[in-house]
Amino acid sequence: MMNLALRDIRYNLGRFCLTTAGISLLLIVVMGMGGIYRGLIQEATLIIDRSGADIWVVQRDTKGPFAEVSKIPRNMEYRIAAVTGVRSAEPFISHAVQRDHRGRVLRLTIQGLPDSGAWLPIIRGRALQAGHYEMLADRSAKLPLGTRLKLGKDTYQVVGITDRMNSPSGDSMVFVSLNDALAIQNDTPPEALRGERNARLRRFDRMAYGSTSVDHRETLVSESEKPAALPGQQISAVLVKVRPGFDPAEVLRKLRTLPDISAYTSDDERQIMLSGFVARSRRQLLLFRTILITVSTVVMTLIIYTLTLDKLHDIAMLKLIGARNRVIVGMILQQALLIGVLAFGIARFFGQWVYPYFPRRVVLVPFDLWLLFGIVIGISVLASVAGVMKAMRTDAGEVLS
Amino acid sequence: MTPAIIAEKLCKTYGRGNISVKALDQVSLTLNTGETAALLGPSGAGKSTLLTMLGLIRQPDSGKIVIGNETVFNDGSRTDIRTFRRKNIGFVFQKANLLPFLNALDNVRLAMEINDVSGREAKQRAAELLEQFGLGDRLRFMPKELSGGQQQRVAIARALANRPRILLADEPTAALDSAMGRKVMELLRDAARNHNAGVLVVTHDHRAMDVFDRIWVMEDGKIERQK
Repeated sequence: MMNLALRDIRYNLGRFCLTTAGISLLLIVVMGMGGIYRGLIQEATLIIDRSGADIWVVQRDTKGPFAEVSKIPRNMEYRIAAVTGVRSAEPFISHAVQRDHRGRVLRLTIQGLPDSGAWLPIIRGRALQAGHYEMLADRSAKLPLGTRLKLGKDTYQVVGITDRMNSPSGDSMVFVSLNDALAIQNDTPPEALRGERNARLRRFDRMAYGSTSVDHRETLVSESEKPAALPGQQISAVLVKVRPGFDPAEVLRKLRTLPDISAYTSDDERQIMLSGFVARSRRQLLLFRTILITVSTVVMTLIIYTLTLDKLHDIAMLKLIGARNRVIVGMILQQALLIGVLAFGIARFFGQWVYPYFPRRVVLVPFDLWLLFGIVIGISVLASVAGVMKAMRTDAGEVLS
Repeated sequence: MTPAIIAEKLCKTYGRGNISVKALDQVSLTLNTGETAALLGPSGAGKSTLLTMLGLIRQPDSGKIVIGNETVFNDGSRTDIRTFRRKNIGFVFQKANLLPFLNALDNVRLAMEINDVSGREAKQRAAELLEQFGLGDRLRFMPKELSGGQQQRVAIARALANRPRILLADEPTAALDSAMGRKVMELLRDAARNHNAGVLVVTHDHRAMDVFDRIWVMEDGKIERQK
């Protein structure tokens, strides 16, 4: 039997194409929302996964360093390294900065590297070679190779471009050496330094009144002395790798006996991220997706219903010449399914060109795509229900009207 | 000749109480196979109502309809009308009512395929039918590319596609000029003879009365006279 749905589509090709294009635009957004959620998870756990750490040591009673601020002394890494079973303890420094750069707002997450960063996905340029003033910038920061950027008191040059390295908040990551990251983080304005030195001298003068001891004024104001009232060198966390043959749970238990830190496994860190920061975004994205899918269903229902209304006379004629119900239902249902499937295909095809321009990373995974495909098939069937019901109520006698 | 259709004491009333209108009042008629009959009468006489009852599109309040050897309606009870209609009744209307998304050939072919004729056979028979109606060179034309007369000829071919026992036509020439109107009436008569079907035509067109074997005149829901 000839396919009436395809014949009708060919006859009304323009309308069919416009309808399908409209639905596909909606599906591009629905698909993108799912991709943003996956991207959010990937960005949130990127550093946790890439660091290769077994245990994260952070400030006592905090869920740092991603979910909240964590500050521990720079020398904590040496104390941790001394714990039995610890193979390596490396400082972790990560903090966000916002700068105006060539007329645009530049949000960056500065990440301190304990090494050259050769393990990073560098797509252009090279890893760090000098100990200072070099940086690797993610492609999304749009800082070409050779770009010089002032951070803190120093100027850093982009020597390498990484791919898809974004912080949990979506900012582009830049990688510098640990010392440079500390310098940027602890950058103190000269006025603050001068003010603190003067305060020290005043305190010394009050304490030394009438004293005959040696004058330590020079020591107090020397360049090498860090003013005590200003923050010392603090890091966000210490990344611990466990020595082979040792039980990570045992090392973790030992670390947790230290009174001034909290320690988490990498799985704990991942869970902290996913249950806090990501969970709320997930709920929000899920709500958006639900609304968009509902809108898609309503739009498709209206379109299929309208297409059916336009064909009522033809449907009545089909009934008059004795067409079975399944012929009529098939025509409506096939058109709805074809709109849904084609719209999904178009959304999938054009999405790959559109999503890179989204401000957040969009990651499409096969499971999500198949799930959405199933939903599209579902809403196509649902959308055709109203049309089918109208068609079934149509009387053959309406041909005469 | 055997009866193609027998209607006995058909009644139909529209509305209720004081505002009810008796559209059919004890109408009886017999139309034989191979016969062409005209149903004349002023507007509101009940011609189209009778046609829809005989075509099983609408149901009478009472009476009996026999098509071929089968009683399809008998005071309220009736058979599976859609299947029966598909196999036994053809329709032609004032407008051709062709499916706009199918070409001439496929409009005729569809009627056959709906009646479970295989695609290849349906295509061949549809082409032959259209050739008979002088449309051999218009098989692939869409309805909007055909003239009113050509569309009506395709509609007649579609109505005859399943070799029906009866062919019912409601004002089939109303939208055509007199020459084309006469040609269509002759086609209907030839169809009755060649296909051994009973053809009943509701018409106001008095110019082609010589085509018909019988003429019934209706008035106020009754058949007043027969010529």
